[in-house]
Formats: sequence, C-alpha cells, structure tokens
Amino acid sequence: MLAVYKRDLKSYFNSMIGCVYIAFIIAFVSIYFAYYNLRMGYPYFGDVMCSVAYILMLALPILTMRSFAEERKSKTDQILYTSKSSVTGIVIGKYLAMATIYLIPILWFCVFPLIISAFGTHDFKGDYSCILIVFLIGCAYIALGMFLSSLTESPIIAAVMTFGILLILQLMSGITNFISTSNLTSFIGCVIVVLIAAFIYYAIARNAFVTAIISIVGVMALIVTYIVKSSVFGNFIPTLLNKLPLTNTLDNFAIHTFDVSGVVYCISFGLLFIFLTVQSIQKRRYS
Amino acid sequence: MIEVKNLVKKYGNHLAVDHLDFTIEPGKIYGFLGPNGAGKSTTMNIMTGYIGATEGDVLINGHSIVEEPKEAKKYIGYLPEIPPLYMDMKVIEYLKFAAELKGIESGKKAKAITEAIELTKLHDVSDRLIKNLSKGYRQRVGLAQAVLGMPDIIILDEPTVGLDPKQIIEIRDLIKNLGKNHTVILSSHILQEVSVVCDYIMIISHGKLVASDTPDNLEKLMENTTKLSLKVKADKNNIENILNSFDEIENVEYTTGRDETMTDVNITTPVDIDIREKLFYSFAENKMPIYEMTSTKMTLEDVFLELTQEKKEDE
Repeated sequence: MLAVYKRDLKSYFNSMIGCVYIAFIIAFVSIYFAYYNLRMGYPYFGDVMCSVAYILMLALPILTMRSFAEERKSKTDQILYTSKSSVTGIVIGKYLAMATIYLIPILWFCVFPLIISAFGTHDFKGDYSCILIVFLIGCAYIALGMFLSSLTESPIIAAVMTFGILLILQLMSGITNFISTSNLTSFIGCVIVVLIAAFIYYAIARNAFVTAIISIVGVMALIVTYIVKSSVFGNFIPTLLNKLPLTNTLDNFAIHTFDVSGVVYCISFGLLFIFLTVQSIQKRRYS
Repeated sequence: MIEVKNLVKKYGNHLAVDHLDFTIEPGKIYGFLGPNGAGKSTTMNIMTGYIGATEGDVLINGHSIVEEPKEAKKYIGYLPEIPPLYMDMKVIEYLKFAAELKGIESGKKAKAITEAIELTKLHDVSDRLIKNLSKGYRQRVGLAQAVLGMPDIIILDEPTVGLDPKQIIEIRDLIKNLGKNHTVILSSHILQEVSVVCDYIMIISHGKLVASDTPDNLEKLMENTTKLSLKVKADKNNIENILNSFDEIENVEYTTGRDETMTDVNITTPVDIDIREKLFYSFAENKMPIYEMTSTKMTLEDVFLELTQEKKEDE
C-alpha cells in the first residue's frame, strides 16, 4: 500500500498533472477570494468556497482518469497484482495518493480565513466547516472517478464518464422537475429500478434462476403495494433523485448549518465507490 | 515446487487453457513451448496470480495461489510478456518501488537492488528514465525486477523477444546462471532457444500439454523414421515407377520446383533401413541422374510441428 501510494504521488508530479491541477484550483479559488472577500469586503470565505466548489466537477476527473485505466493500458498492473500487496491495499494506496494531491490546495485555502480575520469580522467555524465539507465532497468524487477509471482501459473515457456523472448530479434538481409526480409514474420508476437491479445481479452472478426470482418477487411486491395503497409511491422517485447529489450538503453549509447527515453521506459515498473499485478489479481478474 | 492441477481458463466460449496438469521440480530450467495463442501466457498469468482460473488450482511450494496469495507470491518473480515498466520513473527508482512492493525488508533492500543491477548489467543506465531506454534495456529492467530479492521461482514470459543477437546470448547465459540456484520457467515460440537453455521442455498446443520431456528424449521419441530428400532429373511418373518396387518405403511426397525438369522427392523409411545405395543404382540404371540426396533425422523442430499440428487434424 505504502509503495503504491509513494509511487503514485511522485508520478503526479513527474507527469505535471499534479502541479497543473494544484495551480489551476488555487488560481481559480484565489480569484474568487480576491474579488468577494478582499475587494467587496464580504467576511465569509466559506460561502465563497461552497459556491465555487463546482470547479471540482471539471478538475477532479483529470486527476482520477489515469489511476487504473493507464495501468491497465500499459500492462503495469501486472507488477501490482502479482506482488504480495492485496488488491484492497493497492486501491487504498492509489486513492490516498489522489486525496493527498487534492488536499494540498485545500490546505492552502485554510490560510484565507486567517487573512480575513486580520481585517475584522470573521467566522472561523463557518469557514473551516465549509472547507471541510468541500474536502469531503471532493474525496467522494475522487472515489467515483477512481471506480470509473477501473472500468475502462482509456483514461479519456474515464474522464468523460466521471465528468458526465458529476454533471448529471449537479443538474439533478433541474432534471427532477421534468419528472411527473403522479403515483403511476413513480410506480413505473420503481419497477424499472427493480429490473435494473436484477440485471446488474445477472451481469455479476450469471444466475438466470435467481435473477428471475428477484425480478418477479420485486415486481409482484410493487404491484401489490400499488393496488393496496398507491399513495405510497407519490413523489417517491423525484424525492429519491433529489437526495442523490452531494452538493445539497454544500447548500446547507453555505447557510451556516453543520449538516451531519450530509457529512455521513459524503463519507459513505466515498467508501461505497472504493469498495466497488476493489470489486470491479477482482471481478475482471477472476472471470 | 509448483503443482498445476487440472487448470482450465475460459474466455467466453473459447477454451484458452484446457485441463492442464503438471508438476515443476525445483532447481531446473523449464521451457514452455507452443505456437502463438497456445495458452502459454495465460497459464503463466494464472500461475503468478495475475488472473484467476475458471477451474483448478496452482500450488506454489504447497500454498494455493488463490487461497493464500500472499504466501504463494513470495516465492515468485515474474517478467510478463510486456515488461510492466513505469515510463516516468528512473531505473533505480523503479527497482526501489518493486522492492517495496515485494515487501523486501529495508535492511536488505539496497543489497537486493545492487545484486539485481549487477546481474542484468544495468549500471550505466540506472539513473536514466525508463522512457528513454532501448527495448533491450527495458527488457533487462523487467528482468531485474523479476530476480529482485532472488525468489525461488522465476517465471519469464518470452524473455528474448525483440532483442538483438548479442543481447539474446547474454540473456540466455543469465538464465542458465539463474537456473543453477533457482527454478526458472520460460516461455518461447522459438525452438532453438528452448532446446539450448532448458533442461525440460513442455509443449503446449491449444491449451493442452501435448508433450513434456527433456530435449534429448523428445528427439528420440520421433526417431523411429528416417527422411530422405532427393532431387532427381526426371518427371514424377517415371520416379513413381521405380519407387513402387521398394517395399521399405513408408511414405513418398513429390514436389516440382521452379526448374520443371527436376522433381523433389521426400521419402520416409523405418529408422534401421538404409536404401540410399539401392536408390542410387536403380535411378542410374534408368538414366535418371540424382542431383541431390540428403538423409535427415527428425529434429526437435519436426517434433514440435508434428505435435502441434496433430491437434489441428483431430478437430
């Protein structure tokens, strides 16, 4: 794990991606800081940080795209998987290397509230909790990007997929407005979700019998529920979709609320995708 | 010692490795021989734990590569077909990384790296980026990585591909030296290489082990026939008339070369019968001059071709 971590960290600086990424993020956020906090005299850096967090959507895919796709393409993964290190160790090593690169500009931003405090009104708690949540959201995004990178051999495809999914998450509230909130549409949505789950199970386990049972039992349960009490489905799908984006938490933090559930959600989101990365690699090697 | 038990690997419907079963004894050099796509690399990848098998198991010194990968992988150094090199690293950095990855204790690390560099003659390039090295040097860096820490078993997948003749000889000598203290398994589709370097040859075709023996025994295996090649100035029909009177001949093949007045004849006879004199006089009587006559025994090459082609005819 440590060997992979050290190598990856070094490689981000050898290949300039690390330097360019850090410079880009620092420059971007610093411009906002200089304009809102220094020039306009707005005393809360946290709000500014939260409102520019969308830049992560553009920058992080560049950082994560190469993590596994490049190794697979150049066949260097052979030295990793034939060594004594476990796959989990390798994934965590790579993840921590990316998180470290991501942490460097975040640490730099920790200086900004101190600069504001030199001029009068300041809110350290608010500012630093906002920086923390932006860091956590970024870590969750990195896990997602790493997972998508482990699915493909092409870094470019990995970057585009990561960007696409992050963009959809960002625009989710707009998308859900289009979805009808009637009981019937939510019911159909739930059926589709069950069938997708069954299909994913089939793709992994290749067991047609269990897949059939999952889909039949799931769909039957939904039909029974719909006949008995259709109001259960009202608004279900749009509400569910609206809960998905991590940026909701950001809005809460921006209005100076420490959203614990949001923090937990970010961490679980990250852990889930680290876990899925390990699974996707194991699956490719053992099937 | 490696025990490969009933190994099967399927890619969709394609059977890449077909119930492979063999044991590798310590302290010898083994050669995996087979045409392209025979399943050599797949077998090696499974033996080193890079990919999993569909069925069967591999035991490295008694440890299963699937169930106790940490313990089993300790004994193996592996050079895959494409050396797993990070282009943005220097040779010395790369070897340090490989040593850490293999979990070599920090006290022994420097010594292990020096040893590997010495063995593969990488002194001159140790401070250069791998990106800037030639193919031969890259292959050597890959080899250095495989021998790092001197594991019991060294597995090399086509170690001499893409090297110049001088480098090939160097690498062969190196492998022979390694074979004195280690078990070495190498794969190749080049016959001379395997017969020169290896103590034991395993011929793989279509994922199956078709023969495994020492190079000498394999040649003996096929020595029950002798081949005669003739170049005669006459047409096919006339030659056929003469040869029909020979009872000893098992098989005859005719080919006409660029020169239409000449016919090439390949004759197979049992190994203990020599019909060359008889042939000479009968052709002479009929005024058909023999331009060339050579007697050849079956070589390892014929063994290889025969064994790998037999399978195709079966299908």
